Amino acid sequence: MSETVDYDELLTRYEPALGLEVHVELNTSSKMFCGCVNEFGGEPNTHVCPVCLGLPGSLPVINGKAVESAIRIGLALNCSIAPWCRMARKNYFYPDMTKNFQTSQYDEPIAFDGWVDLEVDGQTYRVEVERAHMEEDAGKATHVGGSGRIQGADYSLIDYNRAGVPLIEIVTKPIRGTGAKAPEVARAYVAHLRELMKALGVSDVKMEQGSLRCDANISLAPLGSETLGTRTETKNVNSLRSVERAIRFEMTRQAAVLDGGGKIKQETRHFHESDGTTSAGRSKEEAEDYRYFAEPDLMPIAPGRAWVEELRATLPEPPAERRARLQSEWGFTDIDFAAVVNSGALALVEETVAAGASPAAARKWWVTELARRANEEGVDLDELAITPSQVAAVQALIDAGTVNDKLARQVIDGVLAGEGEPAEVVESRGLVVVSDEGALGAAVDEVIAANPDVADKIRAGKVQAAGALIGQVMKAMRGQADAGKVRELILAKLT
Amino acid sequence: MGLTADDVARLAALARIQLTEQDCAELAPELDVILESVASVSEVARPDVPLATHAIPMSNVFRADVVTASLTQTQALSGAPEEEDGRFRVPQILSED
Repeated sequence: MSETVDYDELLTRYEPALGLEVHVELNTSSKMFCGCVNEFGGEPNTHVCPVCLGLPGSLPVINGKAVESAIRIGLALNCSIAPWCRMARKNYFYPDMTKNFQTSQYDEPIAFDGWVDLEVDGQTYRVEVERAHMEEDAGKATHVGGSGRIQGADYSLIDYNRAGVPLIEIVTKPIRGTGAKAPEVARAYVAHLRELMKALGVSDVKMEQGSLRCDANISLAPLGSETLGTRTETKNVNSLRSVERAIRFEMTRQAAVLDGGGKIKQETRHFHESDGTTSAGRSKEEAEDYRYFAEPDLMPIAPGRAWVEELRATLPEPPAERRARLQSEWGFTDIDFAAVVNSGALALVEETVAAGASPAAARKWWVTELARRANEEGVDLDELAITPSQVAAVQALIDAGTVNDKLARQVIDGVLAGEGEPAEVVESRGLVVVSDEGALGAAVDEVIAANPDVADKIRAGKVQAAGALIGQVMKAMRGQADAGKVRELILAKLT
Repeated sequence: MGLTADDVARLAALARIQLTEQDCAELAPELDVILESVASVSEVARPDVPLATHAIPMSNVFRADVVTASLTQTQALSGAPEEEDGRFRVPQILSED
């Protein structure tokens, strides 16, 4: 465990700078350079062919749809699109690629010089995008023996199903001036990209499956310093919450090193979900030399202006306009709307409303009840095992009087526990609200008989005392009584 | 040009080619001749000569996004020196570099 210093205190002396690299797996039907299916999982080494296995004599051909997605992503990030660019070989020796190189782009990215605007706690931050380039994903290595990590493993097993899946890597310029908000800005940036990719329809953006991955570069410099400090790169931070935690931790760790008169080592670090810390990986002190060169087996890519403009016309509504439209459609205050956006629930609320719930009800479930559960489980909202249409169905059960708020929470428990659709959970758990006068009447009579003093007060005109009796009836009925009906019955019997 | 034995040793290390000191010393002047020949081409190429990395000036050679048959696991692993659980088995990976 590394030494850390107090977060608020370190900000009185240091200024953080961020650099974020986000990898987005495209959801094309086939891989980047061959016709193998682009699908998560599958039996090991069954989505492979001579091209993605790099067998001698095989030749790659670029997937046109992947280029189209890359251009649309570039345009959505307000980037310029290169009129001519090439793929390049990034040479390295690691068995996650059979070819001993990854086909990527080097000094000629397809998209460059873009920006996105983010809103965090009422303030707008502009993040400049340096580049978005095309490349292929690598295979998946499983390390056997030792602790299951690379270090100490006896040997490794490789599944190349993922090798050759089209990837877009989006790299920011250094993000400065965020101060204490650095972790939140980083999270907002990744959330923004995820929303954007979803709207573009170019990726599944499932962070838990690795179709959107973030590497976070963080450095600290003395407050007011012109130059950037030495950075570390925390790899594969795989949820929005982890992005925030990893950066926050790394800032406190680096501050402790600097305070102790030490130097930050330029290195790769690994984030640990379990305790929110990072640990040292590979040292990057020696500049990496991948001996990049232009890929001789692939022809250059030259997106003509007409094609680019055609693709521009397919872009979805820009995020800022979309937010403004949704806020006005839903009639939310700025505070309520910001809560939706910052909890990463915008698309979820939108889909819940589309499934029939009122905007207020959709917001209530996602931003309070479900956000609390996501937090308890340490996952992002959209990783919860409940869909927007199921949330809308729960609300419909409340609106129909089938369940009350309290029972609805139990319905949600059931859905999250995998017990089926909301209606099935109501059925199997027997959660229907009892508004039948016979059943309720008996419970009300018992409670009145057990509390003669309270009953007398109500008879004497103190109607508000009925609350105590209602509570007891609810308790007796294990929360399944229709509270309005119980009140009516009590008053009818006593006044 | 002046390619040194140290340059050759560094390139060999990057490419994982095992060379002795003597190999490096011998290769340096030989490779230097090749580099000089290539450099002489640059003298002819003026800034108005477009960059060419391919013999045929083609671009936008794309395939349609259509799924084609993959190999079976048995076929995929048929050339593997070692395999386990349907995966390629590779020796201990000492570092990510």
